[in-house]
Amino acid sequence: MSKQIEHWGKTKSLLWITLIIWAFFAFIIHLFGSSLNGSFPGAYYMAGQGAQLAFVILTFWFASRQNKIDEEFGFSEDD
Amino acid sequence: MLRLGDNFITSLNKVYGIYTLGFLGFVILMAILEVAGVSNTIIGWLFVAFTVLIYALIGVLSRTMQSSQYYVAGREVPAVYNGMATAADWMSGASFIAMAGGIYLQGYPYMGFLVGWTGGYVLVASLIAPYLRKFGCYTVPDFIGTRYGGNLPRVCAVIILVVASFTYVTAQINGTGTVASRALQIPFEVGVWIGLAGILFCSMLGGMRAVTWTQVAQYIVLIIAYLIPVFWMSNKLGYGLIPHFAQFDAVSRVQELEGLLGVKELLPTAEAQAEAGKLAALKVGINDASATAMANWKFFTLVLCMMAGTASLPHVLMRYFTTASVKAARQSVGWSLLFICLLYLTAPALATFTKLSLLDPTVATSIIGKSITEVSNIEWIQQWSNVGFLKLVDGNGDGILQINEFFMRGDIVVLATPEMAGLPYVISGLVAAGGLAAAMSTADGLLLAIANALSHDLYYKVIDPKADTSRRLVVARVLLLFIGAAGAFVASLKLTSILGAVAWAFCFANSGLFFPLVLGVWWKRANKAGAVAGMIGGFGVGFWYLYMVQFGGMTPWYGIDGLRFGMIGMPVSLILMVVVSLMTEEPDKETQDMVDAIRVPKGKAVLAADH
Repeated sequence: MSKQIEHWGKTKSLLWITLIIWAFFAFIIHLFGSSLNGSFPGAYYMAGQGAQLAFVILTFWFASRQNKIDEEFGFSEDD
Repeated sequence: MLRLGDNFITSLNKVYGIYTLGFLGFVILMAILEVAGVSNTIIGWLFVAFTVLIYALIGVLSRTMQSSQYYVAGREVPAVYNGMATAADWMSGASFIAMAGGIYLQGYPYMGFLVGWTGGYVLVASLIAPYLRKFGCYTVPDFIGTRYGGNLPRVCAVIILVVASFTYVTAQINGTGTVASRALQIPFEVGVWIGLAGILFCSMLGGMRAVTWTQVAQYIVLIIAYLIPVFWMSNKLGYGLIPHFAQFDAVSRVQELEGLLGVKELLPTAEAQAEAGKLAALKVGINDASATAMANWKFFTLVLCMMAGTASLPHVLMRYFTTASVKAARQSVGWSLLFICLLYLTAPALATFTKLSLLDPTVATSIIGKSITEVSNIEWIQQWSNVGFLKLVDGNGDGILQINEFFMRGDIVVLATPEMAGLPYVISGLVAAGGLAAAMSTADGLLLAIANALSHDLYYKVIDPKADTSRRLVVARVLLLFIGAAGAFVASLKLTSILGAVAWAFCFANSGLFFPLVLGVWWKRANKAGAVAGMIGGFGVGFWYLYMVQFGGMTPWYGIDGLRFGMIGMPVSLILMVVVSLMTEEPDKETQDMVDAIRVPKGKAVLAADH
């Protein structure tokens, strides 16, 4: 049972890290939209491309990290 | 009769590879026909007829009488293909037809939709989808009903699902009607019913199995149709090979032109606007991120509502019930997002290059600054004026078309771009087929979500638990037929715009379902009374607020308008759910063990494979 508690603890910390990165690209960066604009259209870039690319990478990264956690505790489906 | 066999899964790459090449071959054949002098109307008909027939064929070949095949496609869909199917399921008429137009007309604030409709998938992957996959449910109310116990939570979830999905599906059927009526030159009402017939063919006989394989086919058509015109324009205008990199120079050029043409100073006169009705002139800059607190708040609330809505819309979540494992479900979310981004990263480029084609005086296709007589003789201006999608109003009477005298509907940015940029008609036919694929694939998923919830959760689990499989599947199909017809009927009344209805659906879903779903996995203490209070309270208050703002004449609080009413519903749902859960008894041991079981991928699903 303690193995399960430890597994869930690690899963929760991964969730928090994921949500912090997510919140940065979803909300925080766009608060500074007007300061990102210079000779390069930074606000347009972040809302139209940067945030999306970050989300794609974040989702794949999350999936592989969570999978490693499951394997570490012998909780993955292949075990 | 022929039917897709078990070896179909192992030869997916071959099947869809041949399909993609076949479709490209068909496009080339149409181009040859166009050069040979075949009329535009016939090419439009061929595009629509050919693609819809293929989808219907896949739908018929995938027919099944097994409940696990009907409800969750046998749980054997590979992660990448499920990603493609989810992308088609997700990207609706609003994404395909309305988004680029919204960016064109409303500029930076509208790009909140782009952020919200992608970032929501991070929540789907991390908070909800893999756990629901482990749970082994057929539908979203199936999870709510089993996790919280009893019929009341199940019925509440069914009601929210039906309201949210039905609002959404009328917008999609409306979208199929719009595209079909334009491409086939038939009345809108007829287009709606033809679209519905295609949708039902795809889903009725094979349920989720059929919808999965048609959605993959529809994704391939819609993404080809969306990308080709943008690549073409980027190269034609001389900005570079890849529009996604080339668009930033184009943005700077548009900003230069905004100054020259007076985009933000020259506003339409009241008389001109009255004459143009609901059509809009360009009034905002392409990249004006405002630093005011209100602008930031509006961006923030829109993004948050769309994200939480993504993570609670049943037709999206149920796609992840079809993967072979929990691990595959997680990866599949990544693939979905990647396939979605192929289109979403292209939408701003499309809006920007279209703007350039119309505004830049050094480009041959530009219209601003030319004489009104000259512009009104252009073929595409005439065609789209005839159907009321655009209007030229000479406000100052100088005979020259200024930026504040060109009124349009946002939808034409995608639908008319090939004509605006002077591309051959075959591209217009392709875009129509793509728009139809986008609207049909989403409508399929939504109708199935509604019919499955009613047949599985309401009929089988609540009304007649002894019904055998074949009876349940017959009920599911009859419901599909009725709901489809009801959707088409409401769509033909044209009550709301496509985008308004879509944003409402997201807020209905997040007000009622977001916290019951998330806390059901992440908070063991959440119990039946809390979930019921959260669902009824969040959904009810959200509904009331929408009604008051939209029809009751109430001034929105802090800029929270009808697009964002989840900002009211969600906090109510969270607070009620937490407070009521804490005030009542904690869930029994059995329920707590169930939550433990879904938190690890290993082991048996909570619900049996055939339940």
